[in-house]
Amino acid sequence: MRGLQLVPYNTKIDFSGRRLWAYALALFIILGSFTALFTKGLNYGIDFKGGLLIEIRTPEKADIAGLRSTLNGLGLGEVKLQDFGTDRDVLIRIEQQPGGEKAQLVALQMVKSTLGDQVDYRRVETVGAKVSGDLIKNGVMAVLFAMAGMLIYIWIRFEWEYGVCGILAQAHDVIAVLGFYAISGFEFNETAFAALLTTLGYSINDTVVIYDRLREDLRKFKTTPVRELVNLSANSTLSRTVLTAGSTLLALFALYIFGGPVIENFSMPIIVGIIAGTFSSIFLSANLLLFFDLRKKKEEEPVPSGPISK
Amino acid sequence: MIHIPLWKRLVVLITVIFGVLFAAPTFMDEKTVETLPNWLQEQVNLGLDLQGGSHLLLEVDVQSALKDQAGFLADDARKSLRKARLKFSNMRVEDLTVRFKIDNLSDRQAIHKALARQDIETKFDEATSEFSMKFNEAEIEQKKKLLVQQSREIIERRINALGTREPNIQTQGTDRIIIQLPGVSDPGKVKDILGKTAKLTFQMVHNQYPTLNSTGGRVLPGTIAVPEDPSQVRGNREPITYLVKKQVLLTGESLSNAQPGFSENNAPVVTMRFDTLGARKFGEITKQYTHHQLAMILDGKVISAPNLNEPILGGNVQISGSFTVEETVNLSILLRAGSLPAPLNVLEERTVGPDLGADSVAAGENATVVAIVLVFVFMLVAYSLFGLFANIALAFNLVFLISALALTGSTLTLPGIAGIALTLGMAVDANVLILERIKEEIRGGTKLIQAIDAGYKRAMATIIDSNITTLIGGLALFFFGSGPVKGFGVTLCLGIVISMFTAITLTRILAVSWFKWAKPKTLPI
Repeated sequence: MRGLQLVPYNTKIDFSGRRLWAYALALFIILGSFTALFTKGLNYGIDFKGGLLIEIRTPEKADIAGLRSTLNGLGLGEVKLQDFGTDRDVLIRIEQQPGGEKAQLVALQMVKSTLGDQVDYRRVETVGAKVSGDLIKNGVMAVLFAMAGMLIYIWIRFEWEYGVCGILAQAHDVIAVLGFYAISGFEFNETAFAALLTTLGYSINDTVVIYDRLREDLRKFKTTPVRELVNLSANSTLSRTVLTAGSTLLALFALYIFGGPVIENFSMPIIVGIIAGTFSSIFLSANLLLFFDLRKKKEEEPVPSGPISK
Repeated sequence: MIHIPLWKRLVVLITVIFGVLFAAPTFMDEKTVETLPNWLQEQVNLGLDLQGGSHLLLEVDVQSALKDQAGFLADDARKSLRKARLKFSNMRVEDLTVRFKIDNLSDRQAIHKALARQDIETKFDEATSEFSMKFNEAEIEQKKKLLVQQSREIIERRINALGTREPNIQTQGTDRIIIQLPGVSDPGKVKDILGKTAKLTFQMVHNQYPTLNSTGGRVLPGTIAVPEDPSQVRGNREPITYLVKKQVLLTGESLSNAQPGFSENNAPVVTMRFDTLGARKFGEITKQYTHHQLAMILDGKVISAPNLNEPILGGNVQISGSFTVEETVNLSILLRAGSLPAPLNVLEERTVGPDLGADSVAAGENATVVAIVLVFVFMLVAYSLFGLFANIALAFNLVFLISALALTGSTLTLPGIAGIALTLGMAVDANVLILERIKEEIRGGTKLIQAIDAGYKRAMATIIDSNITTLIGGLALFFFGSGPVKGFGVTLCLGIVISMFTAITLTRILAVSWFKWAKPKTLPI
């Protein structure tokens, strides 16, 4: 029995011919994301904003409106409630209290004595201003270091042009995911950086596969125009690109649907990131290389000996 | 013909066997695990978000301790200058720096000499004719390190005395301490016991004017006003503010033990025992000040101020205030563990109840199982028998991942479970690359067995390059992430590394063995 050819193998899609459309779409995504980021902004969770987060389970169906008015009466500033998982679970978010870490704990005590012993405290988190600042700094550092590391690795294994184009495509993905956070209002907390880095890791993986093939084709077909080789490499790896994206997305949808509320908030942005990353790998990273003269240096090198011979 | 040497097959076989062995204990209950040999008892560590518990991030208030030390530095300077009969005025401490004015400029050299110490820097400002002195950088670093280290030790002692199950206490950065308490769903008690510096001093109450009321609110020279601890005020009376002599006669450091107990009237008390030197000193004090009132001051509050009816020579002392039993238990823990060198601030607190943890584990397991089934079916549909090989590799990927987590003592968190499911989705990538390559080779007219060989060989460089770049992202998470997110980085990195082994070596052996056995005319992919 043969496996099904899920993606046709002899595709001749003119990826490089449509590159202007791709650039326009990428630009649209980037501008849209920035607009959302600057107008709507990110919905920072307590990891980055500081404050209190309390997840409670009430004995019966939770009366969110009632709880909201009770808790708002405490004078603790902004109090947000949200049902979380089952209809007995409520997530309460209280903004950072002025007056430092001690004030947070006082606020927590107030909430606890108001809600009484009836409710089950499933999760209680308080994050002070100092920690939230550090967490944001670490997250940004992680993304920058990862990008720099990837740039250097590709530079060493390929050429610097590949590294630069790869990172530009990455930047697109990061901005797209950030834009998704802003538009959807998904809570932006420490796991968001995990989502960003997963996107980065996945997308660069995709990009490297195409670059690898392009490099091989550049050695094999010395006279074919680079533009056609870009097409060839993207087409010949297309089946792989789609299949890997498919299996990864299957796993992510399983997480999204069955993983519970915390994982749900974490897997959706990665799904968006995988889609953005797949787009940028096929349409941006290889096409961007056309801005450079890839043959210039390659010509002088001897044909590499290796298993490639036909 | 491709040939895989016997030793390679054996290595893979042994790895597989050990992988299964080390993964197995994680799925057993504790009793079964105890019957296993020692080297096989490692189970995957669950993070606090999965097993329930409290995580506290504390900051050692180094600045306030350093301020105290600068104060001592000023005292020392005052003494040395007086001893050398050098005149100065307006000595004060600002920003951890001791400053004072000198009267005679000609004293400069002598002052420099009198104050010279290895651990401090002195400076003279011509314009204001002021001296300034402070600890040098190296000394401050040294002091900070010591403060955090001491704090950690004392925290450890206090928490151990509470009897919490497997607490984990670590320092983080320069001035922070992380405390993880599995199974603790209300950290209030822990915070109470860490919130106290527990600095105990013994000072005499002013004999004639014992309270602020008796002087009409005036603080007499040589004394300070110290309020009574509010917990000691029972009933309807007003709290007392004592006038206490400045001189500290003894501190809690001279204690060798402290235990909760009951007095003759069955009231809860704390029984303290002084060390040899402390006992002798205490004996002298009680002899000298018989019939005076002795204040026991804890963190700036008087917890007890008994009359000394007779000299106490044995070194055993009872503090009998109006305590509850719980208060005596806590107080003795604090006194036994010693005082913190600096106050602690709670910067971050995260508590997960045991139910939520169990729910998260269940949801994570469900999601992972569904993810695996979907990916399995997907690979079978796409690649048939070779998809099955890839799936076998994927199953072992999971097995190895679990044994790697158990063996390295890494912590599995909720995002970590997501990382596992995600890696499984991505781990098939290597096989997809290989299989697509094999297909291409066949289409290009290569013979079957050579196509398989070429597929593995040619896809290799791509697999390594693409996986290393992904690994860079995972490592960044591991190094910069905290808690749960770090756990995600761990499973992502381990998963990638393991997939390089399972997806390449394992499937290759399967594919080649099958080929030699079936001798097919076409490849079922």
